[in-house]
Amino acid sequence: MAKKLNMRKRYEVLTRGLGWEPTYQPKEKVFPQETYEGIKIVDWDKWEDPFRLTTDAYWKYQAEKDKKLYAVIDSFAQNNGHLNITDASYINALKIFIQGVSPLEYGAHRGYANLARQFSGEGAQLACQMQSIDELRHSQTQIHTLSHYNKHFTGLHDPFHMHDRVWYLSVPKSYFDDARASGPFEFITSISFAFEYILTNLLFVPFMSGAAHNGDMATVTFGFSAQSDESRHMTLGLEIIKFIVEQHEDNLEIVQGWIDKHFWRAYRVLGLVSAMQDYMLPDSPMSWKEAWDIYFVDNCGALFNDLGRYGLRMPKFHEQATVEAEHLSHQVYTVLYQFSNAAGFQTTVPTKEKMDWLSEKYPNTFDKYYRPRWEMYAQMEKEGKRYFNAGLPQICQVCQVPMCFTEISKGKPMDLSYRVSEFNSDKYHTCSDGCKEIFDHEPEKYTHAWIPPHQIFQGNCGGAEISDVLKYYNFNPEDGGEYHGSADEQMWKSAHGNNDNNSDAKESV
Amino acid sequence: MSKDKLFIILQNTEDARPFTEAFEQENPNAVFKYDQPGMIRIENNGFLGITKEVVSELAGHEVELQELHLVLVSLSGHVDEDDDYFRLSWN
Amino acid sequence: MSVKTNFGEYPVGNKDAIENFHGNQLVYIAWDNHLAIGPANVFAFPPEMSFSTLTEEVIPNIIGAHPDFECVDWTTATWVLDGEPLSPNMGESLIENGVGHKSLLRFKTPGLNGYQGTGN
Repeated sequence: MAKKLNMRKRYEVLTRGLGWEPTYQPKEKVFPQETYEGIKIVDWDKWEDPFRLTTDAYWKYQAEKDKKLYAVIDSFAQNNGHLNITDASYINALKIFIQGVSPLEYGAHRGYANLARQFSGEGAQLACQMQSIDELRHSQTQIHTLSHYNKHFTGLHDPFHMHDRVWYLSVPKSYFDDARASGPFEFITSISFAFEYILTNLLFVPFMSGAAHNGDMATVTFGFSAQSDESRHMTLGLEIIKFIVEQHEDNLEIVQGWIDKHFWRAYRVLGLVSAMQDYMLPDSPMSWKEAWDIYFVDNCGALFNDLGRYGLRMPKFHEQATVEAEHLSHQVYTVLYQFSNAAGFQTTVPTKEKMDWLSEKYPNTFDKYYRPRWEMYAQMEKEGKRYFNAGLPQICQVCQVPMCFTEISKGKPMDLSYRVSEFNSDKYHTCSDGCKEIFDHEPEKYTHAWIPPHQIFQGNCGGAEISDVLKYYNFNPEDGGEYHGSADEQMWKSAHGNNDNNSDAKESV
Repeated sequence: MSKDKLFIILQNTEDARPFTEAFEQENPNAVFKYDQPGMIRIENNGFLGITKEVVSELAGHEVELQELHLVLVSLSGHVDEDDDYFRLSWN
Repeated sequence: MSVKTNFGEYPVGNKDAIENFHGNQLVYIAWDNHLAIGPANVFAFPPEMSFSTLTEEVIPNIIGAHPDFECVDWTTATWVLDGEPLSPNMGESLIENGVGHKSLLRFKTPGLNGYQGTGN
């Protein structure tokens, strides 16, 4: 029997020399997307996956991860795990997750499958194939895990349908569509580097730890199971950036532009995560601001310190994102609160304990700017006039978040931030310098944006009444609105009988 | 904070124990944080590494270092991996 | 700047061209210093609609829930249209007042600075 090859050798055998030079067709016809973005690759063999996973090892470890996950899901269902979470309101965070994030995993699956076809280097093809399969696995395991909650809670029944239609889901959808409508190198810079390397820790690590904190072991398990793949993707993202800029000096400026753009795009999507983390987890182990300091300020500081030798710098407008960290979750959750009558989740005024926690975590901002807002809403609710905005919100043309952001970096945190661009004699409104710059760079692309409120007015969303639009979203009447008195809360109370002190303690002020 | 701080996060499980302990044994300056539920965050300046020999000894049987994938949550830095070692570093 | 494409020109389009709104135009309206109400709201109005319809019907429907609303005095309100000060003629139409498709109209109500003066 031949001697077993070592890891380096096995990877080399798998990823080198299996390709060929086409003879029936010119190479640019076989790989038609490889050059038009202006990226120049001189030697694909320089591409190396630092984890050097070969196909046999890949399948072995992925199978093992799935086996562990499904064992947890089974026991979770057998033990009625959905009743052991801290509070039913917690499930609202999972609703946003499955409506907003799981379809992105599927979109990433398709995106990487395309890259595996479009890149001519065999190492890159293999890496993209594996990532494509990973992303499909994530999408499937998330659906399988959360399907148990779907038997007991509202809003979880049709996430992919909702993702393509609903106003707040156009935030993650439009970002991924933007990346997927770009060329292969921009896509991989966007998803593998700007999203996965720079920002994905903020989505998965504190949120999954938060799930553990709230007794949701099923979500913890799929989260950590996916995150082990993410670690591989992040590592690859870093390698890709180094590979591209080392290939040709002309690549640097193009890549830096993409990092700037997609950092800001992805950061705006994470605004939803900040609201989930600070407001929708009944017990939060870590605030958005704390997570931002660890995973962005510290971690990306070290990253770009290292990437400086390639001429790369921190993404543009990162200072603004850091300044916003003390405001972001409060501003975004306000929007979710005001418009949850048209959402697939419920919201409520934070409990007294929660507000005290927010004061502690946000000593510079919460009591001064945001506590009065919640106290006002609480007062209105007490008078039987729970506040919902009676209209439709103005939406940013680029990030598609309702325009709730303020002039924080100008020292005016209570002035809404408005930017406007003119293009072909029409106006396009954006929420920030970051989004305006993205619009101005490629206005032809963003004039095609499907802006949900505008689509409602054009008559493309089922009708003019809110009930028509909710039908178009496939929302049931009990899916959205106020959490207190919701079907979810009633189910929770009746399942826990009169012995439950928990929900009393959680009542709002 | 130091400009070259690195981290690796592992699940806080029995399967992860030989890896966690190997990081402890082989990186005397590393800091171990247990404040986040479900996971262990290991930080060091500039370098973190483990060897197959130490992980296997701690596990009591031969361990393939790629089994790290089963307990890995996140990491930073450049990865250098071979049959006998796994290393993270900046520059 | 323009979009790099693989084949030919990037298709020109405007999903929100005024023609798509069945005779209406989009208008965004916001009450400054009252963030509890929310982001600016977007509406589709006939360009010929009188400006006073805004103050008499449209805006009260949105901001009526706010405790400051009962103190609003439209005669002292100040307006900013697309970044420029505006003294609206209430009897004239939106378009006669310069409010066009996708105009942003902001107003302030002097003395009213949100819930407990906090801008909310």
